[in-house]
Amino acid sequence: FTKRKLDAETLEEFEDVLIQADLGLPAATAITAAIAKGRFDKEIEGDEVKTILAEEVAKILTPVAKPLVLDPALKPHVILVVGVNGTGKTTTIGKLSAKLRAEGRTVMLAAGDTFRAAAVEQLKIWGERTGAAVVSRAIGADAAGLAFDALKEAQAAGTEVLIIDTAGRLQNRAELMAELEKIIRVIKKQDPAAPHTVLMTLDATTGQNALSQVEIFGRTAGVTGLVMTKLDGTARGGILVAIAEKYRLPIHFIGVGEGVDDLEPFEAEDFARAIAGLAG
Amino acid sequence: MFDTLSERLSGIFDKLTRRGALSEADVTEAMREVRRALIEADVALDVVRSFTDKVRSRAVGADVIRSVTPGQMVVKIVHDQLVEMLGSEAEPIDLNAPAPVPIMMVGLQGSGKTTTSAKIARRLTQQQKRKVLMASLDVRRPAAQEQLRVLGEQNGIDTLPIVAGQSPTAIATRALQAARLGGYDVVILDTAGRTHIDEPLMIEMAEIKAIAKPHEILLVADSLTGQDAVNLARSFDERVGITGIVLTRADGDGRGGAALSMRAVTGKPIKLLGTGEKSDALEDFHPGRVANRILGM
Ligand SMILES: Nc1nc2c(ncn2[C@@H]2O[C@H](COP(=O)(O)OP(=O)(O)OP(=O)(O)O)[C@@H](O)[C@H]2O)c(=O)[nH]1
Ligand SMILES: Nc1nc2c(ncn2[C@@H]2O[C@H](COP(=O)(O)OP(=O)(O)OP(=O)(O)O)[C@@H](O)[C@H]2O)c(=O)[nH]1
Ligand SMILES: [K+]
Ligand SMILES: [Mg+2]
Ligand SMILES: [Mg+2]
Repeated sequence: FTKRKLDAETLEEFEDVLIQADLGLPAATAITAAIAKGRFDKEIEGDEVKTILAEEVAKILTPVAKPLVLDPALKPHVILVVGVNGTGKTTTIGKLSAKLRAEGRTVMLAAGDTFRAAAVEQLKIWGERTGAAVVSRAIGADAAGLAFDALKEAQAAGTEVLIIDTAGRLQNRAELMAELEKIIRVIKKQDPAAPHTVLMTLDATTGQNALSQVEIFGRTAGVTGLVMTKLDGTARGGILVAIAEKYRLPIHFIGVGEGVDDLEPFEAEDFARAIAGLAG
Repeated sequence: MFDTLSERLSGIFDKLTRRGALSEADVTEAMREVRRALIEADVALDVVRSFTDKVRSRAVGADVIRSVTPGQMVVKIVHDQLVEMLGSEAEPIDLNAPAPVPIMMVGLQGSGKTTTSAKIARRLTQQQKRKVLMASLDVRRPAAQEQLRVLGEQNGIDTLPIVAGQSPTAIATRALQAARLGGYDVVILDTAGRTHIDEPLMIEMAEIKAIAKPHEILLVADSLTGQDAVNLARSFDERVGITGIVLTRADGDGRGGAALSMRAVTGKPIKLLGTGEKSDALEDFHPGRVANRILGM
């Protein structure tokens, strides 16, 4: 094995690796500084370096790696799914529905995206695939009204989990964020404790903008946990590290494909190793 | 897009232009700040490096240091370099080919291909009086073909009838045939989203190209993309030879670095911007104006 000195040049290479994984400058600089601490100018093995890098990243992610816990006493436990356009909300709902159904729970899906062409049909196919009932209205219908009706239906049917899809929206579009607030307000009229979980999807290919997505969706929709999708590409999704440091929101799952089984628990160490460029 | 980057850069340049003389160290320091600003705007690291290297090597030339207004000269060098990176002239969609002109849309999952297909079709129909046919070759995503059909209906654009069970290449053949027989001017082929490391799907994309021989192959990419922009742009370009780029979600508050990265690694023009979910939310991209805006000029 080649030994190398942990000098300024090597450290800069690390910082570059982190920047290229989308951690952003502040997180990349902080982690590089943490690595240098007590080790500067010492000789280390080539691979050890990456391991140290992965360890530093894992330190930040481990506290937020938490499974999604549902309350079995609730009928239904209401999950609202929010996020920017095309980040994978509807697909993640399909995958999650499959998981819950496999655990033997009853699931109902609410087609709350009443805006986008064929969004309802897309969710219906996921409902069929996973054995979940789907509540829907015509395109252009009021999303909040649909959510309200779906909750009533789920309560009446004694369904264990209700997952509500929403239309994608950019966080800087105030009128669309207000619409999301309205959906939540209307759900609360039927059950003041709902939604019990607000899941937000983040696309792994997204850069620094993901921070502002989490900030604003967090504030307006009360996000309780994150799912990072599209990690089957070449993007590393390092912005999650900056998000974990700043917002400390639980990260529940990662999406690794378009298939029904392509949803995995978020594992801090695996994720950190991928960022450091370590295989597996 | 670009507002934050513009603010950051003008701050750096204000400092430079306020100075009388400039030393090499001043230029190096300014380039370090430019580097930070570009990285924070999601410009790919390699692109940032080559950009600042070029600017620095031109700027430390003796005439800049000795000139009366050295700061302004540095700003001019940055401007020229930005224009070189982004291109200067707007390059609209080219329809200069025998009808029906095939346009193929490619890109990662969820980037906005289907929505953009409808936007382009609507614009060509309404502004250029072309007869457009749209066809969805996406047999993977649930209800993808239905999505394009509904968009066609909403915008008064014909779509190729859906035949269940057909492969994407078979649909491409049928779409071209229908476009020819139906006397269409343009046929837009919307393809399924794919990651650039999904080999079977990348092969499929090349097969569709071989059948359709598209006059335009547009890479539809999210303007909020981070460092991965270079990988995806390079891979799609290598595999199908894109003719241009459409950047979607330009209505977001992203800092737009992906635009610079993708143009830089492919040399292909950014032709259009998607600025909303609705079918009329499509704008031309004017690189020269954008460069000026980024530099607050
Ligand atoms: N490769 C990959 N593709 C994914 C993943 N998750 C979702 N997708 C794809 O991304 C695209 C968008 O997914 P959707 O689930 O429709 O996203 P959405 O957030 O509901 O989109 P809107 O409702 O339009 O805002 C689809 O083509 C999905 O198949 C993933 O983990 N990996
Ligand atoms: N705000 C905004 N949303 C957009 C824009 N372009 C597309 N979208 C939205 O992004 C989401 C995904 O768009 P699609 O057109 O389905 O993307 P796609 O590339 O066809 O997705 P796949 O076929 O699944 O790969 C939808 O919610 C669109 O409404 C845009 O310019 N701005
Ligand atoms: K995206
Ligand atoms: Mg959806
Ligand atoms: Mg599509």
